[in-house]
Amino acid sequence: MRYSQDGIFKQMMRDKFASGAFWVLIVLYLCVFSAVFISPYPKDYSDRRSAYAPPSKIYIINEYGKLSKPYTYNYIRSFDENTFQIKYREDRSKKYSVKYFSKGYKYKIFGIIPFDRHFINVENGGKLYILGTDINGRDNFSRLLFGGQISLTVGFLALFICFPIGLLYGGISGYIGGKTDFIMMRVAEAVMSIPAFYLLIILASVLPAGMTSIQRFALIIVILAFIGWASFARVIRGMVLSIKEADYITAARAFGASKIHIIVKHVLPQTLSYVIVAITLTVPSYILAESGLSFLGLGIQQPDASWGNMLKEAQDFVNITSRPWLLAPGFLIFVAVLAFNIIGDTIRDVVDPKSKVR
Amino acid sequence: MNLLIYIIKRFIQTIPLLFIVSIIGFFLIRLCPVDPLGELRLNPSISRQTLEAEKIRLGLDKPIIVQYGLWLKSFIRGDMGICTTGEKVSDKLKERIPNTLLLAAAVIFFTWIIGIPLGIVAALNKGKAIDRILTILSGIGMAIPSFFFALLMLLLAVKTGLFPTGGLTSYNYSSLSTGGKVIDIAHHLILPVLVLFTISLSGLQRQMRSNLLDVMESDYVKYARAKGLSETKVIFKHALRNAVNPLITLLGFEFASLLSGAALTEFVFQYPGLGRLILEAVLKSDINLVMASLMIGTIMLVAGNLLADILLKIVDPRVEAS
Repeated sequence: MRYSQDGIFKQMMRDKFASGAFWVLIVLYLCVFSAVFISPYPKDYSDRRSAYAPPSKIYIINEYGKLSKPYTYNYIRSFDENTFQIKYREDRSKKYSVKYFSKGYKYKIFGIIPFDRHFINVENGGKLYILGTDINGRDNFSRLLFGGQISLTVGFLALFICFPIGLLYGGISGYIGGKTDFIMMRVAEAVMSIPAFYLLIILASVLPAGMTSIQRFALIIVILAFIGWASFARVIRGMVLSIKEADYITAARAFGASKIHIIVKHVLPQTLSYVIVAITLTVPSYILAESGLSFLGLGIQQPDASWGNMLKEAQDFVNITSRPWLLAPGFLIFVAVLAFNIIGDTIRDVVDPKSKVR
Repeated sequence: MNLLIYIIKRFIQTIPLLFIVSIIGFFLIRLCPVDPLGELRLNPSISRQTLEAEKIRLGLDKPIIVQYGLWLKSFIRGDMGICTTGEKVSDKLKERIPNTLLLAAAVIFFTWIIGIPLGIVAALNKGKAIDRILTILSGIGMAIPSFFFALLMLLLAVKTGLFPTGGLTSYNYSSLSTGGKVIDIAHHLILPVLVLFTISLSGLQRQMRSNLLDVMESDYVKYARAKGLSETKVIFKHALRNAVNPLITLLGFEFASLLSGAALTEFVFQYPGLGRLILEAVLKSDINLVMASLMIGTIMLVAGNLLADILLKIVDPRVEAS
């Protein structure tokens, strides 16, 4: 059975939860990809004098109880000699109004067009930390947006490696059969028998230290792809075993088509509906794997942000109790994964209502 | 007799599997440009003799194929070398494996006694509010990252002071009575078990729901109903038994994902399990320990699947070894 992409999408959107999840994802992706426009601070901004500053409060009602344009106060840092902790309190002497679509740091749209407007910003001299700052005084909100660029794309990019390999491997194994099939399946089973996370951290630790962040990003994608392909290939192989008995495959063979041609052109397209479901359900697991790796310090490295390595800081007991804003990336991971899962479940119900995979 | 042949057949099948895993693992780790004894050399408390013995055991001056052979030989004999701290790897593993098994057993126990009834409830009320709510809750349970949930639980522990914030035993553990020791360990287990339980519960609940729905459609259930049996009898005497069978296979997978998934939770809670051991070994590039715990983790996973298969064969004798 084949379905047009459009049909599946329309049916999926009929589900209230799924269409909600879809729009949540659209907003998330739009935000992270326009991070330079939305964020009030650049990627490499850091102000060591305001480490662990709490989120700036934005006021719309002024001290006389009247409605006013949104404004905020800066923080004054002081050291509490009794608790040995740094305290922040608002400096009520000067207001800084919050501005929208105003001029800020310079950047380039698509890397070419120079621009300096930002969605949200604050008057000169003011500091606007929507979600507080981290240990280096970096704006959490801006970093969440830049980190999302990594966390939300890693999964998709890993799919582009994992799925072709899995499809081809499963296709060849199932179609050729016999000894080839036996050996190929034993290897796939062996990869599946290694606890996935153990394999993940071992592979990540093999990466040499002196890599640029782009290289590291690329290699982490390759590593993630290495984890999922085997189980995927096994399912594809199972499907190919039944597809290859079909008459039109025999016909193609009778025309003298080569094995690889038959596998790629005639057998594999039949697995499309399964592949679509598997893709939407694999992306979230990759998002989780990347954030887990980065959380342990084996994935994306500082100073680059990813949701996982931002959450790493929240592990500290002091941070977890008195700086809850550091937990924000965890909520975003949760929302993204939940949205993908809901869409995946709905698509599966649409494509294959009797599916047993839950 | 039939069962015995099945067990032997399945057991023999696992041997080539473990062999391939050992090859993959060994060469992956040797890809790493780290001197396997580098960290040992830096540790002043390790004697020269020990270092020499390790060098000979691993055959570091020989080609890599020979090294693999030597490693395999000593692994089968149970000699896994020493860690960078100078302790024997096998001692360290003996200390950690029971902890991981304890955690996994507790999680699986709670998942089953709570997940199956919830699955039944959802299936019997298909499409009603309670089913909808359970679906949403299980969706949330599946989406929450284990380490993030663990952090939230840690926050709870720190804020309320009701739970210990990590480890498996209190500092005064050795002075406690036997009963006190059990309570102490149980107290430390609550949060890590809760985290892992929440995550694996969702999968089991959904699976049970869809299994039962499938079985309820089958002919023999229709027949049982037509015979005039009460609905309770139809469900609990006829439908349920067959709905549970696929879950036994799932048990093996669950064990596997617990081994993997537990690593992050163990890390956050400082729980002395196998997952944290391999993580620390990786971070300290302790090659002997990494290789040994990778193999042990795999053996445990394969053994878990094997046990699940045997259990399924006992429950459902129609199953054949492929």
